[in-house]
Parts: sequence; structure tokens; C-alpha cells
Amino acid sequence: MFATAIIVFREVLEMAVVVGVILAAAEGAPGRGRWVGLGIAGGVLGASLVAAFAEKISDLASGMGQEYFNTAILGFAALLIGWTVVWMKSHGREMAAKLKATGKAVAAGEAPLHMLAVVVGLAVLREGAEAVLFVYGVILSDKEGPMAVVAGTALGLGGGAAVGFALYLGLLKVSARHLFGVTSTLLALLASGMAAQAAGYLVAAGALPGIIDPLWDSSWLLSNDAVMGRLLSVLVGYQDHPSALQVLTYAATLAAILGLAKRIEKTATVARA
Amino acid sequence: MRPALLCALLIGLASPALAEEPNTYHLSLKDHHFVPDMIEAPADSKLVLIIKNEDPTPDEFDSTQLRREKVIPPGKEITVLVGPLKPGSYKFVGEYHEDTAKGVLLVK
Repeated sequence: MFATAIIVFREVLEMAVVVGVILAAAEGAPGRGRWVGLGIAGGVLGASLVAAFAEKISDLASGMGQEYFNTAILGFAALLIGWTVVWMKSHGREMAAKLKATGKAVAAGEAPLHMLAVVVGLAVLREGAEAVLFVYGVILSDKEGPMAVVAGTALGLGGGAAVGFALYLGLLKVSARHLFGVTSTLLALLASGMAAQAAGYLVAAGALPGIIDPLWDSSWLLSNDAVMGRLLSVLVGYQDHPSALQVLTYAATLAAILGLAKRIEKTATVARA
Repeated sequence: MRPALLCALLIGLASPALAEEPNTYHLSLKDHHFVPDMIEAPADSKLVLIIKNEDPTPDEFDSTQLRREKVIPPGKEITVLVGPLKPGSYKFVGEYHEDTAKGVLLVK
């Protein structure tokens, strides 16, 4: 039961972190719960489909289907998150004014919640499919009774949800004045990490060179195998021995999001002045 | 000989891509163990790992050291490209049966 719980927990950790950050970013936005819920439900449905067609996906692109599939999902999610951050920045002043008026933090305001719902759905779909496959395998192998499988899965899911919720609560502790800045920065880092991961999958598929691989190795300091390393890898894209291509992708994505956001913020200020 | 077979044979002869790459290593997952569970490979070369899952349940080839993660459906074969690598030992596991499915890639 505990072995099942641990693996399910590991597989759902990434989506839990994504949902936690998005919940915080959309704090106070009307309809947030409904959209995030919709994203999770869609993601679960998608994960089951992906798991059911795992063999087909794997066979695509001369056996490199999984790599391209992950690249596409991660790339799309990074794009949507990046776009959301730019949107948040361009509406930052309005939100600050609203905050003054109502005294309530409205981080993303009426941010494109449907877009964030899609991001939630993609995160659940990608990692959830692996969890579904794993649990399916445990059921097939008949090594554990059905009750133990259900209990283990529930424990793992619960653990993941707890981490996501703790992250969300932790972010809400950030003063209302800074919540907007903190969550938009976190989202930008999350998107950059996803883009770097996507680049890693392209290297794995043999489509791109790693250039210098690895560029460094800091696994002695903080390994991606450790819980903290795993959390940071999801949250800010920490890799203990990344290829130069991943580092470049990370930097380029971050620069593009922040650069675009800054430019839009400036024009918005000038326009209102 | 059937024409289709002949065609396949001719294409096979003409296309070097279909020939097995150098430094290709075959492994299988059997009763949730890697067979073999140790591979020796040269440093600074591209390596091709072909892993067949002979178990009736899915597994996931996973190695943080090699930075690879790939699902192996039951009865299927996956290809994992790695390297060029520095000398050292790189651990990998079948993530869904981590207690038994353990292996190491020794790069010399």
C-alpha cells in the first residue's frame, strides 16, 4: 500500500504544485474554483485517455512519440502560462487600484481563467497518465488486494493535494501588496522550467543536441532525487545537471516573458498618463 | 519470394538507417528485473538502449542521472538515446517496480 502511495504521490506532485501556484495567482477572481475544477476534471479524463493509448503514442515518430508528446504538452503549457503573466502585468495597475478600493487581493483579477484551467488540465493530463498507468499495473499484477490499491492511491493523491494546498496557503501569507508580483514571477519561472523540460525531451528524442551536456552538475548539493530537489524542479525548473540547451531555453523563455510584460506595462502606464 | 518481402529486403539493404546503430544495447524487463542489469559502454559515444518489457504490466524506465523517463507498455519495446557520456556509473530503475527493477550503465 505504501509503495503505491509513494509512487502516486511522486507522479501527482508536479500537478499539485502547478494547481497550487495557479490557485494563488487567481486568488479572489470570481469563478476561480469552477475553472480550476473544470481543468482538473478535463485533465483526469485526458490522463485516462493518454494512459489507454500509451502504446499508440509510444509507437509514433519511430518510437519517439512519448518524447514529442511531452514536448508538445509542456511547450503549450509554457506558452499559455507566459501569455497569462503578460496579461497580468498589463492589467497590474487596474488590479492595484481595485486592491486599494476593496482591500482584497485580486491577483489575476478577471485574468484569462479559462486559459489557466487549460494549464491545470495539461499538467494533470501529463503526470496523471503515468499515475493511471502505474495503478493499472498494480491492479493487473494482483499483488495487492483492491482495498490496498484504493487506499494507497488515495493516500498518494491526498499527499500530493496537501503539498499543493500548503503551497497555496503559503503564497497567501505573502502580503496582498506583493502577492501579484510574487505569483506572476513564480508563473514565469514555472513556464521557463516547463520550456526547459520540453527542450530536454527534444534532446531525448535525438531531435536537438544538448550542446554541452551536462553544463554543470550540482547533484552533490541538491539532487533532483531528493524531495526538495523534486519540488524545486517543478516550481522553478531546478535541474541538477542540465544540458546547455535546457539552460539556454530557460533563460530565453524567462527573458521573453519578462521582457514582453515590461514593455506592455510601460505602454499601459503611458497610455493612462 | 513475395514482392513485398523483396521490396522490404531491398530497402533494408539500401538504407543504412535500418541497420543497427553502433553501441546498441538490448535489455528486457522480466519479472520486474532488468536483464542484464549491468551494461558496460564506451565514454563519449552515443548509446542506444533498447528495452523490451516482457512483463504483463506497464513500467517506466527512469533515470535522473541519465535524465530519461519513458513508459514501457507491456510486451512493447522502447528506444532510449543517451550520451555522449563521461565515464562513471549511471543508475536506472523501472519506476513502477523500483525495489526489484534496478540497473546500472557503466561508462568507461
